[in-house]
Amino acid sequence: MILNILIGIGIAFFGFVLQTSIAGINRKIVGRLQKRHGPRWYQEFIDIFKLLSKRSITHGWIFDFGVIMALGGIIATAMFMPLTNNFLAFENFDNFFIFVYLIAVGMLGMAMSASGSGNPWASIGVMRALTTMLAYEVPFLIVVLTIINLTGNSSLTEIMLYQQASGNNWFLIALPIGGLVGFIALMGMLGKKPFETYVAPAEIASGPMVEYGGKQLGMLFIMNEISAFIEVSLFVHLFLGGATNIFEFLIKYFVVYTLANLISSVNGRFKIDQVVKFFYKWPLIMAVTQAVIAIYFGWVI
Amino acid sequence: MLSTKYTEKTKLTKDEIDRKWWEVGDYFRRNSLWLLMYCTGCCAVELPPSMTSAYDMERLGMGPMATPRQADILLVSGYLSLKTLRRLIYTYEQMSEPKYVIGLGSCPINGGIYHDSHAVINQLDQYIPVDVYVAGCMPNPESILNGFVDLMESIKNKTANSWKKYRDNNEWYKQNQKDALGEVIIHDEFHE
Ligand code: SF4
Repeated sequence: MILNILIGIGIAFFGFVLQTSIAGINRKIVGRLQKRHGPRWYQEFIDIFKLLSKRSITHGWIFDFGVIMALGGIIATAMFMPLTNNFLAFENFDNFFIFVYLIAVGMLGMAMSASGSGNPWASIGVMRALTTMLAYEVPFLIVVLTIINLTGNSSLTEIMLYQQASGNNWFLIALPIGGLVGFIALMGMLGKKPFETYVAPAEIASGPMVEYGGKQLGMLFIMNEISAFIEVSLFVHLFLGGATNIFEFLIKYFVVYTLANLISSVNGRFKIDQVVKFFYKWPLIMAVTQAVIAIYFGWVI
Repeated sequence: MLSTKYTEKTKLTKDEIDRKWWEVGDYFRRNSLWLLMYCTGCCAVELPPSMTSAYDMERLGMGPMATPRQADILLVSGYLSLKTLRRLIYTYEQMSEPKYVIGLGSCPINGGIYHDSHAVINQLDQYIPVDVYVAGCMPNPESILNGFVDLMESIKNKTANSWKKYRDNNEWYKQNQKDALGEVIIHDEFHE
């Protein structure tokens, strides 16, 4: 049991290091895209350690406690994440719905802490984050339920093994429309640019993070990196056939995150009502179409 | 020749250990300076070229930030009218320590071409302490980046101590602020 918990914490830490380095490399890639030199690849680490080394103020204990709850909740979620089809901390506890439930703890902690700061921008940011979540969850869940229906199992490892079995394709290929919806929803989860409404530095002064400085902001950055790790890994496992070894996982992870980031860097930002309208229009129609095609007609490649 | 005599290991005192940690922190702080741009005057037009592809300040690890709480540097670009000075003091006091101030252009140094105006202040460092000045009207992006590198150097040499100065000489600064503004507290719908 203790060993399992240690492995789980190791996975969360691995996720943090992996996502932080890949985010740093991506800053460099975006820099090259804009004909700049770009920062060093470990700039994200420097930023986080700098924030942790600064002094900070507090706005009351809800403000502090919420940050710790957010970080703890996200680390607890990441502990259940399988890395490959035979490496995970807690055997049989890699059900898709565990992630859906547990990730909410971290998000709620952040929402609580942001409202505890009493800044109106923070409340607006939290409201927008929850609205965006409502928007992307519906099409995403329809696609995931289709996958669960096809595989007859909701455990991530089983879904991975189903895709790796001979004769079956990755779900990105087997359910092309659904894969596209999944990717759009992933962009919404990561807060990449057309759906960046709740951070929006120039509009609502970085939303929920408006009152954070120093150590609390550093902890939120760590939380942000780990939650990006969870979301991208979910996509890799659900749609890209998971991984049989760690290198395959790293390559798939890097490709997915970089693609999302490249799309983000050439886009503007939607307004919040446009985000909701967008998700409830095209991705929802596509997801329902995919579900009907896959389940009732049985047309799966 | 090394002495073979036993010498007792010197134990580091608490101050020395603190200083060592502070130096480690300084490495991170000088390589990741986040700016809060307080664009009050015309010098601000030189900031976009120094941020974007032409001069690319991000390669030094710097970048614009949205709020005073997150920022390390308060970048005062240009003249300050009395009304903006009040907001500037509010902003400066909200930033989390260690914090640094850069004054762009000749206006914050001695008033520049607005030295005889009744509406602006002439010397910024009477009201808040300044670490680095970048002279010029307006300074070009090369000199702005040079100013940033100077600030990094002085953080490395532990001479960027303006935030300590503000704490130690707080009364003097407060008195100057009061003399110029009459009252520092802002009365409008956002601050009451
Ligand atoms: S120094 Fe010159 S360019 Fe800068 S704010 Fe003053 S007058 Fe404008």
